Amino acid sequence: MTAVLKRLGGSVLVLWAAATAAYLALRLSPGDTVDTLVGDGPDTPQIRAAIIADLGLDKPAVVQYLTYLWRLLHGDLGRSYVLQRPVVDVIGGQVWPTVKLTLLASAFCVVIALGLAVLTAGRGRWLRGFVSGVELTVVSAPAFLIGILLLSLFSFRLGWFPVSGDRDAAALVLPALSLALPLGGLLSQVLREGLERALEEPFALTARARGLTSYAVVARHALRHALLPTVTLAGTLIGFMLSAAVVVERVFGRPGLGEVATEAVGNKDIPVVLAVVMLAAAVYVALSTLADLAYLLIDPRLRKEAAA
Amino acid sequence: MTVVLPRPSTVDLRVRATPGTVAAVLVLGLVAVAVVAPSLIAGDDPLAADPLHTLDPPDTAHWFGTDQLGRDVFTRVVHGARYSLSIGVAATALSVAVGGLLGLVAGLSPRPVDGLLSRAFDVLSAFPEVLLALLFIALTAPGAPSLVLAIALSFAPRYGRIVRAQTMVVRRSGYVEQARTFGLSGVRLAGRHILPNVLGPLPVLATIGLGSAVVNAAALSFLGMGPQPPSPEWGAMLSESRNYLRVAWWTAVLPGATLTVTVVALTAVGRRLQRRFEGRRA
Repeated sequence: MTAVLKRLGGSVLVLWAAATAAYLALRLSPGDTVDTLVGDGPDTPQIRAAIIADLGLDKPAVVQYLTYLWRLLHGDLGRSYVLQRPVVDVIGGQVWPTVKLTLLASAFCVVIALGLAVLTAGRGRWLRGFVSGVELTVVSAPAFLIGILLLSLFSFRLGWFPVSGDRDAAALVLPALSLALPLGGLLSQVLREGLERALEEPFALTARARGLTSYAVVARHALRHALLPTVTLAGTLIGFMLSAAVVVERVFGRPGLGEVATEAVGNKDIPVVLAVVMLAAAVYVALSTLADLAYLLIDPRLRKEAAA
Repeated sequence: MTVVLPRPSTVDLRVRATPGTVAAVLVLGLVAVAVVAPSLIAGDDPLAADPLHTLDPPDTAHWFGTDQLGRDVFTRVVHGARYSLSIGVAATALSVAVGGLLGLVAGLSPRPVDGLLSRAFDVLSAFPEVLLALLFIALTAPGAPSLVLAIALSFAPRYGRIVRAQTMVVRRSGYVEQARTFGLSGVRLAGRHILPNVLGPLPVLATIGLGSAVVNAAALSFLGMGPQPPSPEWGAMLSESRNYLRVAWWTAVLPGATLTVTVVALTAVGRRLQRRFEGRRA
C-alpha cells in the first residue's frame, strides 16, 4: 500500500513540475504576450488594457502562477494566440483521432510482439536469425518512413487502402501498422529474451517432462515470467508511440494532435503547442504509473522491497 | 592436439567480425565519406535542376532517379548525409556531455541535490521526445541549430540517468573507498578515480543513441522544423517527395532506405559493442 501511495505521489509531483516548466516556458517565450495577442488587429490602449486585465498580467507573478495552476486543474488550458479560441476547443476535436490511432497501434503491437516471440523463442538458428534481422530493421527504421513505404506500396501501387484522411476504418490500418511495427519489433526482442531465460529454468524442464509440448510450455509457463519486464517497458514505450504518432499523422494526412501541434509550432501559437505537449506528458505519466503498479500487482516480491 | 593459449590480460575491445558487423562498418565508412567529402562519391551539384528530366525513374545515368525539378536523387542523398548526420552527431555529443555531467554531479552529491536533479530528469523524460523538441523549436525558430539543441534537450535525461546510476556504483566500490582513506580531495577523487570508470559505457550508449538522434532529426525535418528546402537534408527530402509518391516512389523510398540502412548499421555496431562490453564486465 505504501509503495502504491509513494508511486502515485511521485507521479503527481512530476506532473506538477511539468506544468510549472510549461508555465515558465510560456512566460519566458520571446516576444511580449500582449503584442502577440494584438497581432495585426486594432491596437488601442483600451484593447491592451482589456487583454492585460483578462490574462491577469497586472497581478503579482505568484498570483498569476497560482491562477494558472487553478485553471489547469479545472481543464482550462488558456487561449490560442492565433485562433482566438480556448485551447480546449482547438485540440478537443483532435484528441479522438489520435487516441483511436494509438489504441489500434497498441493492439497490433501486442499481436506482433507475442506472435514473433512465441513462435521463435528457443527455435532453430536460421529462423531466429532471420526474424532478429527483420526486427532490427523495423526497430531502426523511423515509423514515418515505414508509413511512407506502406503508403507507396498498399495505397498507391495496389490501391488497397485510402491514401489519406480519416473517413473509415480502412484509413486507420496503415498508420497504425507504421506505429506498431517498430515498437512490436522492440517488444518482441525483449519478450523473446525473457522467454528463453524462463525456458532454462527448472520449472520449464519439469513441465516438459510432464509431457507438455514445447509450445504449451512457452504459452502457459514461460510467458508469464517473460511478461514482467515487457509490462514496464510498454509503459515507457507510450512516449515513443506518441512521438511517432505526431509524424505518422502527417505522412497520412490524418487529423489529430500531430496536425494541431505542427500547425501551432509554425504559427508560434505557444499555448496550443504547450497544451498538446502537456497532454502527452500527462498520458505518459499516467500510463507508466499504471504499468509500474501492474508490476507490483503481478510480482509479490517487489511489493515487499518497495515498501521496505 | 589443441594448444590452449592464455587469455590476453589487456582489455580487448576488438569486435568479432561477423558478416553483419563487417557490412555495418562498411556502410558507416561510406556514410562517413559522404559526410566529409560528398563529391568523392557524387561529383554533381545536388541543387542542379534539369527541367527536361523530371521524375525520371532510376537508370544508369541517375541511380536513384530524378525528383520533381530534375535534380539527381542520388547526388542529393549523398550530399544530404552531411546535414542529417552532423545534426545527429552534434545533438548526441551535446546531450552526452550535458546529461553526463549532470548525472555525475547527481551521483556524487548529497541527497537533496541528487533528488532535485533526478526529479529534473524524470520531468524532462515525461515529455515525449519529438513533442519536447517541437516545443523547443516553437519557442526558438526552425533550422539546424535549434534542431540540435532541441534533440539534445530531449535526449539528455537518458544519459544523465545512466551516468548517475553508474556513478553510484563506482563511488561505493572498494578502490574509491581506499583512495578516500588515503585522504584524496573530493575533486581529485571524482576526476581521477570515479570519472574514468563512469565514462566506460558511454561511447557504446552514444553509438546506439546516435541512431535515434538521426531518426528524430529526420522526423523533425520532415515536419518542416529543420534545414529548409532546397537543402538536401534527408527528412526534408522525404517531406517534399511525399507529394509525388503516386508517380515517383523512388524520390521517397530510396532516400528513406538510405536513412534506414544508416541507422540499422549504427544500431548493429552499437549493440555488438554493448554485448562485447557487458561480456568483459561480467
